[in-house]
Amino acid sequence: MKKLLEGSQAVAEAVRLCRPQVVAAYPITPQTHIIERLAQHVADGELEAEFINAESEFGAASLVLGAVVGGTRAFTATASQGLLLMTEVLYNIAGMRLPVVMVCANRAIGAPINIFSDHQDSMALRDAGWIQLYVESNQEAVDSVIQAYRIAEACELPVMLCMDGFFLTHTFEPVELPTQTAVDEYLPAFHFDRTLDPGQPMTLGGGSEPDNYQEFRMAQHDAMENAVTVVEAFDTSFGEQFGRVYNGLVQAYRLEGAQTVLLGLGSLMGAVRDVVDKLRDQGQLVGALRLRCFRPFPAQTLVQQLGVTQRIIVLEKAFSAGAGGIVATELRAALQQAGMTTAVESVIGGLGGRDLTPEVIEAIFHGAQLDDNGASCRFVPHEYNPVE
Amino acid sequence: MDKRDPFRHNVLTSGHRACSGCGEAMAARMVTDLIGPDAIYVNATGCLQVFTTHNEQSAWQAPWIHSVFANAAAVASGIEAALRARGKDTPVVVQAGDGGTFDIGLQCLSGMIERGHDVLFVCYDNEAYMNTGVQRSSSTPHAVRTTTSPSGRLSQGKHHLKKDVISIIAAHHPPYAATATVAYFPDLKAKVEKAMSMKGPRFLQVLSPCPLGWEHDSALSVTVSRLAVETGLFPLLELEHGELTGVMRLAVQKPVEDYLRLQGRFKHLFGTKEGAVELRHLQALADARIRRYGLLEAETEWDTERSSQVSRHGRGGYVIAQRGMGRELDNEL
Amino acid sequence: MILTDRQVTMSPCFHEIRFHGRGGQGAVSAAALLALAAFNEGFESQAFPKFGSERRGAPVEAYVRISSTVIRGHNQVYAPDAVVIQDVSLLRSKALLQGLKNEGLIVLNSEQQEADFNKGRNGSRWICLPGNRIGQNFLGRPLPNTALLGALAAGTGWVNLPALEQAVESHLVRKGEEMVKANIEALREGYRFVSQGEGVVS
Repeated sequence: MKKLLEGSQAVAEAVRLCRPQVVAAYPITPQTHIIERLAQHVADGELEAEFINAESEFGAASLVLGAVVGGTRAFTATASQGLLLMTEVLYNIAGMRLPVVMVCANRAIGAPINIFSDHQDSMALRDAGWIQLYVESNQEAVDSVIQAYRIAEACELPVMLCMDGFFLTHTFEPVELPTQTAVDEYLPAFHFDRTLDPGQPMTLGGGSEPDNYQEFRMAQHDAMENAVTVVEAFDTSFGEQFGRVYNGLVQAYRLEGAQTVLLGLGSLMGAVRDVVDKLRDQGQLVGALRLRCFRPFPAQTLVQQLGVTQRIIVLEKAFSAGAGGIVATELRAALQQAGMTTAVESVIGGLGGRDLTPEVIEAIFHGAQLDDNGASCRFVPHEYNPVE
Repeated sequence: MDKRDPFRHNVLTSGHRACSGCGEAMAARMVTDLIGPDAIYVNATGCLQVFTTHNEQSAWQAPWIHSVFANAAAVASGIEAALRARGKDTPVVVQAGDGGTFDIGLQCLSGMIERGHDVLFVCYDNEAYMNTGVQRSSSTPHAVRTTTSPSGRLSQGKHHLKKDVISIIAAHHPPYAATATVAYFPDLKAKVEKAMSMKGPRFLQVLSPCPLGWEHDSALSVTVSRLAVETGLFPLLELEHGELTGVMRLAVQKPVEDYLRLQGRFKHLFGTKEGAVELRHLQALADARIRRYGLLEAETEWDTERSSQVSRHGRGGYVIAQRGMGRELDNEL
Repeated sequence: MILTDRQVTMSPCFHEIRFHGRGGQGAVSAAALLALAAFNEGFESQAFPKFGSERRGAPVEAYVRISSTVIRGHNQVYAPDAVVIQDVSLLRSKALLQGLKNEGLIVLNSEQQEADFNKGRNGSRWICLPGNRIGQNFLGRPLPNTALLGALAAGTGWVNLPALEQAVESHLVRKGEEMVKANIEALREGYRFVSQGEGVVS
């Protein structure tokens, strides 16, 4: 049954349904409502778990690492500065191939300190070896939490679920929450082969040398490449059971005959769909493509979907200082590898929570003058800002 | 100097965005005016940083830097090292909340003290992560309800005790460490001045009531702060090189309920069986602290024989205990 | 879910509302309640806040969208059909009415009956409601938000009173039965105030 829920609350409910036995976290805006809700669930006996207030995000990540090798399903959430503080541990978790699930409530990085949403935080961790899924709505957040645990535990790879801070975490919108029975049916009980156990002693996190380190990384890369199939498959089976599906890796919108495609991640794609509808009504051949799975990077699927279009505008809420747009760079590489010469424009906007409204997106489509920062990317001009 | 008012020269000037009744704003005003504008202030992330430097504005009339949550003590250490290398003696002062001191900031603070940096670290302790919405810190007292230590069917609020950070600091043997609070300004003043007269790593923990997070009337911040001391829950102490050298004597011990009843964060303890158990725990904690620091000791300077030697502008009932240093220390009464 | 005539034959509708208040006055709650009421009636709805800083007294904005079709965007509201102002002191410092559509509605928490407030702007309608007084009467605190919601409902007809009452019940259940009842009373009073023509300034 559908309810009107705040995104954070909905995510907390989804986590609860997945039955983690350890929740460890450190508060940071805009993740706080998620962990507060979980704390209340535990305090009321609605979630049988240890709720651990970590001393920092570094601690929180370490606590869930420990919980998983200790044999339980675990959960943490963070954002921005907290995600960066966890970085060393996140690489460690991925390197040890641990099935940890974390929600990142996407937020800008300081300095200057800014509590509002963009993708700089999770993008900064794209090399860490975590699967990254970006959701567009609170419904998708709920459904993807459940999928995330299944993916993580099947692949033995950690999953970072990215949802836009404030835009999603603090928004009340209709959400269908699955029942406990249905989730139990979809998500098997936690099982991890390499649980630390005196009955079956193992050494985790040992050293390596030049002559074997690369092979660890290659195995990790292979696992990530295989994860492409797993992410798709578990989304499909989720759809079969719950009736909602997100097309796994990428979600196309009105791509048929599109000469221009607007490509992006996360909640901004809702506004993009509205713009596509408006432009199509005016006879423009335009479509949209939402990148749901950013890591592993679904190069093949993207190339397939973007085959016939002439111009791709990538809307980016993060960038690499001194290099340019991140998503566009990876997309260009994938297209070039496939021998395609489609024009890819990288447009940076929405940083620090700046609102990318339908009007702004439409202006970008019409190729209006953008701040030129060399060929690598362009920034949405300040004048485009909605007047507040 | 304040551009609007040439006679006004607070380091922390007006126009900041603290809540009405904010104990931390009060404490920061007191402390920074005592230290003055000829100092470098390093602020951890938290309420003070947020409400004084919101969106391209600043209420600071002294050099001030904010880096990240955990590293204020390390940044300050770096500044101090640079000043030393340049032969300058500008004081360096850290301002942090309990989060940036007790939890995420503890590692860098420990390093700063252990290496002996000449920095004054001031902790404005409002006993939770207030700026992000009242989540619990390790400074949150036992049985307090916060958003991450909520009361519920199975819980009476925070399970664990308030971390005894002053003892952790004392174990580093810094030249000076002390606790203070906003209700006792002459005491706070004397401690800040004493700290500023010394070299090396110095630490001040200033209890700073938060009307929003403690759920009390914003007009009662000073009252609440005074009761924290008078109940024994927050002893006012001085330590030098890890040894206790001074305590604020209590003329009389007030029951903890006097303090707890004023604050909504303890409301859930009243009227239930489980709550009553926690109330007893809190009283026992207060009693234990009073015993530990001798806050009600019989040999008191309150006796009339010495009263003519008491000058009232001093610390108000201050006694220097003859421990640790093995020598008479001056009474600044 | 409240079944209304609307569910049977839902004609296209799309309303955007912006709330202005100060931290601690319940602007965010009010937005959530409005969205919940609309949802109860079978509409698609959305509510979210815009934060400055988290503290008592800081200016807060909250947005609501009510629609007959699925709402996909998550942008702030720039062209509201109605603006609810919970604290009249905010009128001083900001362009609170920025983007308000022509013939838009302004619901103002104010004792003053006389709109000395930018009268006749863009044909917009004003409703002035003594929200603090109503809050004081029913809730024991000058909390205007539920009274203002009642006024908004009466002034627009976008949600009905039973749906709002149901929203209050479910959203405030944790605060206890007394609080729920009191808020419903305040809601009704706000509704009555407007539907009986008081405080409406055209």
